[in-house]
Amino acid sequence: MKTDIATEKIRRPRISRRAFIVSSAAAATGVGALVIGLRLHPPFQIEKSSATSSNPFDAWIHLKFDNTAELVLARSEMGQGVYTSLPMLLAEEAELDWDRVSIVQSDESYGTGGSGSVRGSYLPLRQAGAVVREAMITAAAYKWSVPREECVPRKSEVIHQPSGQKVPYGDLIEQVRRLPLPDAKKVKLKDPGTFTLLGREIPHLDIPSKVFGAARFGLDVRLPGMVYAVIARCPTFGGVPSKVDATRALATPGVLQVFEIPARGFRIYTAGGVVVVAKTTWAAMQGRNALSIVWDHGPHVNESTETINDLARRALNEPASWSSNEGPADPDVIPAAKRVESIYQFPFLAHATMEPMNITIHLRGKKCEAWCPSQVADWSRSAIAKELHLPESSVTVHTTFMGGGFGRRFLADFQTEAAQIALHVSSPVQLVWTREDDMTHDFYRPAGLHRLRGALDEHGNILAWSNRIADTSIRAQWDDPGKVRPESAELPGQPVYPIKHLQQSYVPVSSVVPRGWWRSVGGSFNGFVIESFIDELAQAAGEDPYRYRRRLLLAAANRTPRDGTSEPSFERDRLVRVLDLAAEKAGWEKSPGRHRGRGIACTTYYAYMAQVAEVTVSGNEIHVDRIVTVVDCGQVINLNGARSQLEGGTLFALSSYLKEAITIRNGAVVQQNFNDYDVLRISEAPELETYFVESHATPHGLGEAGVILPGAAVANAIFAATGKRLRSLPLHLDEKSL
Amino acid sequence: MPQYNLQINSAQYPVEADAEMPLLWVLRDLLGMTGTKYGCGMGLCGACMIHLDGAAAPACQVSVSDAVGKKIVTIEGLGQHGFSGVQQAWIQEQVPQCGYCQPGQIMSAAALLVANPHPTEADIDNAMSGNICRCGTYFRIRKAIHRAAGEMNS
Repeated sequence: MKTDIATEKIRRPRISRRAFIVSSAAAATGVGALVIGLRLHPPFQIEKSSATSSNPFDAWIHLKFDNTAELVLARSEMGQGVYTSLPMLLAEEAELDWDRVSIVQSDESYGTGGSGSVRGSYLPLRQAGAVVREAMITAAAYKWSVPREECVPRKSEVIHQPSGQKVPYGDLIEQVRRLPLPDAKKVKLKDPGTFTLLGREIPHLDIPSKVFGAARFGLDVRLPGMVYAVIARCPTFGGVPSKVDATRALATPGVLQVFEIPARGFRIYTAGGVVVVAKTTWAAMQGRNALSIVWDHGPHVNESTETINDLARRALNEPASWSSNEGPADPDVIPAAKRVESIYQFPFLAHATMEPMNITIHLRGKKCEAWCPSQVADWSRSAIAKELHLPESSVTVHTTFMGGGFGRRFLADFQTEAAQIALHVSSPVQLVWTREDDMTHDFYRPAGLHRLRGALDEHGNILAWSNRIADTSIRAQWDDPGKVRPESAELPGQPVYPIKHLQQSYVPVSSVVPRGWWRSVGGSFNGFVIESFIDELAQAAGEDPYRYRRRLLLAAANRTPRDGTSEPSFERDRLVRVLDLAAEKAGWEKSPGRHRGRGIACTTYYAYMAQVAEVTVSGNEIHVDRIVTVVDCGQVINLNGARSQLEGGTLFALSSYLKEAITIRNGAVVQQNFNDYDVLRISEAPELETYFVESHATPHGLGEAGVILPGAAVANAIFAATGKRLRSLPLHLDEKSL
Repeated sequence: MPQYNLQINSAQYPVEADAEMPLLWVLRDLLGMTGTKYGCGMGLCGACMIHLDGAAAPACQVSVSDAVGKKIVTIEGLGQHGFSGVQQAWIQEQVPQCGYCQPGQIMSAAALLVANPHPTEADIDNAMSGNICRCGTYFRIRKAIHRAAGEMNS
């Protein structure tokens, strides 16, 4: 199921079908560049083929006379590897010498999330690269007066095969400028069998600078004369300052200014508060500590984890706010040989990116410049422009590296705070969120309950499956009132197993706690729920969990995507294949030994994936020893990066499944820092084995895929080891049943 | 404000700072050395690890006044001080994803390998458990430490 993270406010990039050439004088990257690309911003504009543009970031490839190439990256690099994988798409088709390639981050970068970068860019970037390649062949053929078919491009040069003559791309630039470009829509793409980069393990281009401490993250931006700001926000959601005494704060060495900013509402959601500006981050923090603030805690002081759980429990039995209409009958009353009912519980989660939120901003008259570690440079720009009442053309957002995204940086709240601050501060100012700010004013993964009811016939086939989710809805916070679409975030999509009567329903649980997109969104809890429940059905049917899944999947039909474009089609055999391979690699048939168990899980969420977890249970302690992952994601771009995304997503998710929970008391988050928000450490990380099924099918995104299965795989393994079924997250052996 | 002379990466840096200002912020805000990262401010996450007289220490827990007279090495100077092998291992194993925690990870790993050139898995657990990685690079961190140890000992 596609994660729909768009709202009307976030522009969806449109890819123009016209390629164009930009004259060299316009390129900010230096004199003497051929700039080729596909226009990637809305609105679609008709252009003549020789149109010029003054914006170098509108094009993907800048070829230089010295035969080097700059490739433009218009997505945010947050560790998922697009800094290398997207340029690889360009370089592969353009037949560029990878050793002569460097990357330029676009100032027109746009929304990065939903595992969509490779999926969305795969065709357009390949087309752009192919346009360059074909143009070079044409130019070389013209230069030598030979047939095109005799000219072969390779590593930034064209070779005339019969004679052995070579010409570097750089020497062909002038010629290319004089010729019409091929149509990007019609240009031929390389056969996967001839790939020299795609599918291989390519070292990440940004790794050296990150290892030497030179890579610049948002918090590392340093400008002459810059100052630093922190905000005192009411710990209670919805609370505001009532009385502020800034005397001691202003007397703190290094503190320059203290002022208030108001909260912002729908789709921005800032708390407002008291800003302290100082010469150093430290002085700003000290100044904030010296503020005397009386808070008006607002109307939500009585909200707590207990009240939310209460509402969720009651919501399970209330009329549904949304319900799927997949069948005529009420699945819960269909005659069956066996029935299973389970309620699963999941808590709020923090993103806890290692780099807390921050942004550097400089307002000079009617022009504003910002340096932002953001997944949405486009929304950052429009939010800043809106707050400052400036046209977007007056706002420039430079996208920096960022210390983790995970969906937290897909929002425009701290950018809006910075714009509010910039109105009071003439120097460049860096807004810093401390770890405590970040932990207590996040946009959390929702909390809730998910009740599943299954009915089996005498052969263990699934006659009925109904799932009712009651959660602190994400969509209710972000969709227009009256137009809430829970099916795109809270609900799990259609299970892969054949189910005679399926019904899904949803009841929102009201909460003041802000919610957002947390790596894989609904996948982060629904994967756990679905793949735990199918295991429970296997147990009811008296079958091995691997064989049960396999039997059911082989009885399933292939499915076409719901709307033809928004999700990959479910090809049953690809899922069975990864399931089989995971079982094989994990040694499913072999006994794991005393106090040990294996659990299996599979999904088509983004990619076809299966995981087997092996655990050792001693007393109340769970140790995850090994996780085997098998994936079929279609064409792998960078095997190195693909593997690290699966490893990374698995460990990120495991942290949440085993350790993490945000709790609420008196309308405020309880956890403050890593002392009370426990995350996975290296000593708790399992061995990881990751296998790819080789494929040249359209690629699936992998940024979130690793999050879906580990919770269920581990819970299933715990059941195998102990006979105890855990349904509450994070997983604790002393769980009290719901 | 008092003046302090700090020895960082074998060079002298005079700074003017409040006695209690953590070395982390002296490095980042007064000296512009942003390789040492802020993650928690409480010595819990390891992002700000530096070497103080050869031992790994979180810079957010060392005041500038306590840092005087001590030999400070940061990620920027690690290569010059004999640890480029650790950084090379990190590159060869392709460890970093977002990369924000990695300077701290590398500083902790380098200190481990000085004290213990043949670390066991348990030694790695103990030495590295103070360093959080949210991107999930622990599996490759382990491999890189073994690789660096192997190179050192060959």
